Amino acid sequence: MSPTPNDTAIALRRALIGAGAAALAGIALAPGIRLIEVAQARDPKRVASGEVRWGLLIDTTQCEPGCRDCIDACARENALDTPIDNAQRPHWIRKVELKEIRTGRAASAPVMCQHCADPPCVDVCPTGASFKRNDGIVLVDRHSCIGCRYCVMACPYKARSFVHEPVTNQNPDVPRGKGCVEGCTLCVHRVDRGQTPACVDACAAAGHGAMTFGDLNNPDSEIARRIRAVASSQLRADLGLDPGVRYQGL
Amino acid sequence: MRASRFPRIEQRVFWLLVAAGALLTAAGLGAAHRIEERGHAVTGMSNQVVWGVPHVFAIFLIVAASGVLNVASIGSVFGKPVYKARAPLSGLLSLAMLAGGLMVLMLDLGRPERVVVAATHFNFRSVFAWNVFLYSGMFAIVTAYLWTMMERRMTPYSKLAGLAAFFWRFVLTTGTGSIFGFLVARQAYQSALLAPMFIVLSFGWGLAVFLIVQSFIYAWNGMRLPPAVQTRMARLLGVFVLASLYFVAIYHLTNLYWARQHAFERFILLDGGTLTWLFWSGYVVVGSVLPAAVLFSPLPRGRRAAVVASGMVVIGAFAQLYVFIVGGQAFPLEIFPGFSASSEFFDGAIASYVPKLPEFVLGLGGIGAAFLLTAIGVRALHFVPEDDFLTGPTTPATQD
Amino acid sequence: MARSSPTHAATAQRITLAALLCLGGMFWPPVSRAGGERTPLPAILVEGGGHCLAPAGEMRRRHPDMLKHQRDRTVHLGERGTTVNLKECVACHASRTTGSVIGSDQAFCQGCHTYAAVQLDCFECHSPKRTTAATSGPAANTIAISARAKR
Repeated sequence: MSPTPNDTAIALRRALIGAGAAALAGIALAPGIRLIEVAQARDPKRVASGEVRWGLLIDTTQCEPGCRDCIDACARENALDTPIDNAQRPHWIRKVELKEIRTGRAASAPVMCQHCADPPCVDVCPTGASFKRNDGIVLVDRHSCIGCRYCVMACPYKARSFVHEPVTNQNPDVPRGKGCVEGCTLCVHRVDRGQTPACVDACAAAGHGAMTFGDLNNPDSEIARRIRAVASSQLRADLGLDPGVRYQGL
Repeated sequence: MRASRFPRIEQRVFWLLVAAGALLTAAGLGAAHRIEERGHAVTGMSNQVVWGVPHVFAIFLIVAASGVLNVASIGSVFGKPVYKARAPLSGLLSLAMLAGGLMVLMLDLGRPERVVVAATHFNFRSVFAWNVFLYSGMFAIVTAYLWTMMERRMTPYSKLAGLAAFFWRFVLTTGTGSIFGFLVARQAYQSALLAPMFIVLSFGWGLAVFLIVQSFIYAWNGMRLPPAVQTRMARLLGVFVLASLYFVAIYHLTNLYWARQHAFERFILLDGGTLTWLFWSGYVVVGSVLPAAVLFSPLPRGRRAAVVASGMVVIGAFAQLYVFIVGGQAFPLEIFPGFSASSEFFDGAIASYVPKLPEFVLGLGGIGAAFLLTAIGVRALHFVPEDDFLTGPTTPATQD
Repeated sequence: MARSSPTHAATAQRITLAALLCLGGMFWPPVSRAGGERTPLPAILVEGGGHCLAPAGEMRRRHPDMLKHQRDRTVHLGERGTTVNLKECVACHASRTTGSVIGSDQAFCQGCHTYAAVQLDCFECHSPKRTTAATSGPAANTIAISARAKR
């Protein structure tokens, strides 16, 4: 029986496994080196640019209590529907109903991953699966995620969810699965196509106008002009994380 | 009186013990398989409480593994002969418990098959990534340390190995405490006190486990621990228990001083239902005050007193860890200071956590693995403490 | 203790056992008997027309490396519209009837992976279903990929 390509692959695989111990250091270094070499070689327009910083501006004065347009759009876009119970179900965005304790003033705000400039989830991830892309979007690389949930512990905004059940019927643009941690991706698959996140789209389509998406680094973008004009704040700004999501009316 | 020969434990009983340990370990593996197959939906953990009972077991085993090495360190580093005789058992227990704890931790991962990824991709800002090296290094160093104690040629190096193990252990337990100490978001955890607190907790928990294991080994081998040795170790455990209580007290008292921590402290110390009960009855009374009273009591105590006190310390350890880990997560994050919040993602609400069977079985599987490794190790390597192991003229008093 | 040479009976037993194992092994995997071949092969259906990125043999050997290399670039750098693209692979290779690359041992990915006993991890997260119309396979960069694959 002459060796088929499969047999060669099997033999090669065994040899690689056998040499694994010696190659550990190399493997640890290799991705970083390859990414560096690739980043320098590639056409900068085809990768996420460090000149851009994507952000959201949420005008909570336009948020109706009980309105779920952004939440439903996110669940549809990212195929988040699941039969398991609420405590274990993933939430990428949720509507928080607020009441100021001393004054009694009511407010309503959607909360999602704040895409911090200095994300604690990125700091604590042991494998580097939780990372911040060049354009500011904080993501989970589910190829490296081991499901330790340390980032869930670390996030001040409860932005991350753990997938408790097997997932089927994923959106092909949004791979997600059991045992990994996930969170709002700012619809990175849409942003990379030049579109806006699904929540922003839905809010605009419904006419509420509570959510603005754009490039915080571009002084002419709508979001930059708005945050220059009207006061906005970051959630838990005292932590010094510099989130990319800003809120007006809180 | 010490018997001049050490009758070996009956074959039957040994194999029974091994079978029990193996069964428990297998059950733990089975639970892990179920969790991996169905997802963590079969556990009581949720997006509010992501670390639950398995982590309580795992962190206890890991912290106690570090602390149990104290016995050996006191022998090698501080040169106390009585402890030197117990060093090999202490080293074995350390390895066994570390293995058991890590087994539970790795099996509870969302993707346990990816430990290879964890071992090859490192983000060195993460304490977890450092822990991969600290824990594997601990295995290596303790193994080397055991080797210096077992191999006559290497005995001159055992002090150096002991020193290395002592130092490594401090770094490792600091790392374990810092897992929580580095978390800025949670009111339970944002504290530099946690690293030294875990070190002191490790002293007490490790010694308690050692006393329990030692007493069972002695009983099953028909030996008697000299009362002077027993008293010394018991007093030492008492000191550690009080030191731990001191750290926990400081942690809570400081929190109580800060207005922004009032709600959290009220939750843990007063309002938290099961958590409050566990803290006060479990950790403070059963885990600290009662054992300290027993261990320091000037009244004549039975032979079993130290072991019972150790058992209470272990119970208190589990209670404290449960309150620390689960309580820290159950209390809601403060995302909007000055506002009361509510949402369908349990913002502003105390999370409820009801652990389910697979979690307990997985945790017990870790204990089973540690037990199995210890039983086999003690039997195969003759790690029963021999008080005439010493080469010097000092022998402990054995008057009854 | 001297080792005794196996008796004739023992040898006969061993040969019979080996033969039974081989016979059993032949019936085990989902294999095809096409063309009177002695070597069992996975019985997958390759329904897409046109070319893949590289010849079949090379794709079999190199597809894990190709996918792994590209996935890091796509995820971490945001590189889109690349030649190696799992969604495109699925779109082309998905079964005409089920629209999926897994689900049976005739399905494209699952068939070979079951045969080779290699865990197929991708579709725990990635959708195994075709969503776009099958393309005939990009011909560009085939040479570049082959060249890199041969490294």
